[in-house]
Amino acid sequence: MSRSYIVDDPVKKRFLLDREALVSQAVLTDEMTRIFAKCWIYVGHSSELKKPNEFVTRKVAGRPVIFIRDGRGDIRCFFNTCRHRGAMVCTEPAGTRRSFKCVYHGWTYRNDGVLAGVPGSEAYRGDFDKKDLGLRSPARFEQYRDFWFLNLSADAPSLRDYLGSATDYIDLIIDQSPSGQMQIVAGAQEYDVAANWKLMVENSVDDYHLPSTHSTWLNYMANSGVKIDRPKEGMVLPTHGLAVDLGNGHFTTDNVNFRGRPVAAWIPIYGEEAKPEMDAIRSELVARLGPERAKRVCDTNRNLVIFPNLVLNDGSSVTVRTFFPDGAGKMHVTAWAMGPVEESEAARARRLDAFLTFYGPGGFATPDDVEALELVQQGLANWQDDRWTEMSRGMGREGEQLNSDEHHLRIFWRKWSQMMETG
Amino acid sequence: MTNPVTRAEVEDLLFREAALLDEWKLEEWLTMLTPDATYYVPPNDHPEGDPKTTLFILADDIVRIRERIKRLMSPECHAEYPHSRTRRMIGNVRITGTDGDLVSVAANFICYRYRRYERIREYVGSYRHVLKREGHRLLIKERRVIIDAHELGSLGSVSFIL
Repeated sequence: MSRSYIVDDPVKKRFLLDREALVSQAVLTDEMTRIFAKCWIYVGHSSELKKPNEFVTRKVAGRPVIFIRDGRGDIRCFFNTCRHRGAMVCTEPAGTRRSFKCVYHGWTYRNDGVLAGVPGSEAYRGDFDKKDLGLRSPARFEQYRDFWFLNLSADAPSLRDYLGSATDYIDLIIDQSPSGQMQIVAGAQEYDVAANWKLMVENSVDDYHLPSTHSTWLNYMANSGVKIDRPKEGMVLPTHGLAVDLGNGHFTTDNVNFRGRPVAAWIPIYGEEAKPEMDAIRSELVARLGPERAKRVCDTNRNLVIFPNLVLNDGSSVTVRTFFPDGAGKMHVTAWAMGPVEESEAARARRLDAFLTFYGPGGFATPDDVEALELVQQGLANWQDDRWTEMSRGMGREGEQLNSDEHHLRIFWRKWSQMMETG
Repeated sequence: MTNPVTRAEVEDLLFREAALLDEWKLEEWLTMLTPDATYYVPPNDHPEGDPKTTLFILADDIVRIRERIKRLMSPECHAEYPHSRTRRMIGNVRITGTDGDLVSVAANFICYRYRRYERIREYVGSYRHVLKREGHRLLIKERRVIIDAHELGSLGSVSFIL
């Protein structure tokens, strides 16, 4: 890609996006090499692999991979591809295995990737050596506090350097757990959206859309007894919120809570019986983290984007959401719930119930997000006749940037544009 | 139970429910439920899961079922305005157990959904209802909708009552 898809004019305070970026197959092809093959891409969480020999299979950046805890307890990632003729060696979504046997010719790999068995191996001569033919791994595979990412480029910076100050916001989520350990809860929500994957990045942090897209969710909250104040003059949302640039293309919203939070802001939906336990959760946080940090954990909502395609929502519940393009006009989304490992049965049930009030394909809000994104994609059929998407909101604002503006969307697009132009 | 439930009676109930849902007569559908009814759609990777320990697609108590219907009937429910057209085929109806005045039933369904010029979506799966005998009426106490697709994937949202 030699030309830019954005117009970024600080003098005129205008930011425009060429809509071809959202519909073009050629752009998608470039994205796969210039973004998905260069960035750290989320694979999974340690808690999905509780015991040695447990594995899950999934597609990451278009690559089928095996995410596994080997017999020694080390977490690894392999391309799910036989070194012989290329068949996928594991066909199960999840399970426990010490080895993987390719159904085609029977090559067998240990769960640390070593090629252990080749039927009729005496037929191979010369420099054929099983030692060279273990399951391949991505060039890099690293974790930050149990969040595992792969990188397809050997010369990428370390994951820690890549995440930069985004780790502060990951830490804030993990602080919910007294032992500093969060876990993925059983049950994945998977859904397709007939829209370009970058629209999900925008939507995940775009708080401007909340009052119009999610009015039925706001009504549900109000009907359930949540007091939702009318936005003050000059504000779109009931409470003050920021959009924060975290560097390297990462960014987050950070706003004062006005809805329920399982940790630990009670609303009537949770029931009277939840109050004592939620008070205790808050007290533990104050004792462990101090009143200021505890307030950050309990009373702020944050939608964090790790560039390019990992979203951690810490709002009505904690979600881990990732999505991959499946063509220029379609994406596949996977979302998990996350909670502290030591959470009580009642608190866990409350967390999962709270999740469903807003998020997911059966939630009171996400289906309308899906609808909005699909309407964008359908509207973009006119991209050649109506070329530019307008994204200048808040651009002239001095000082702090609001979550209801488009500052953070511009951060994404600037990073995207830079990577696409420099390859 | 003095008055055993017959399969014909269960089929009548399921067929009526299907008709009301397909016709978007959701207030009337509510009258088929007990005052403590629940509605579950488990995730595709844990179809037998428990909503207290597993993230579901949807897990409603009666309060949320009523709120869901308010939402679905609002023009502000963008995902379902205009409403999808749905058509359910129900078969293989079985009574799978009885416990006092409760009857467990299972049925297979195909639900075809048409919406906004897009191609048809087919939801295939099974209904697992728990019915309750109240006098001469049979009410729905629990409905669990299990989708066969390995992943919800191309089915997209469950933005209507499945």
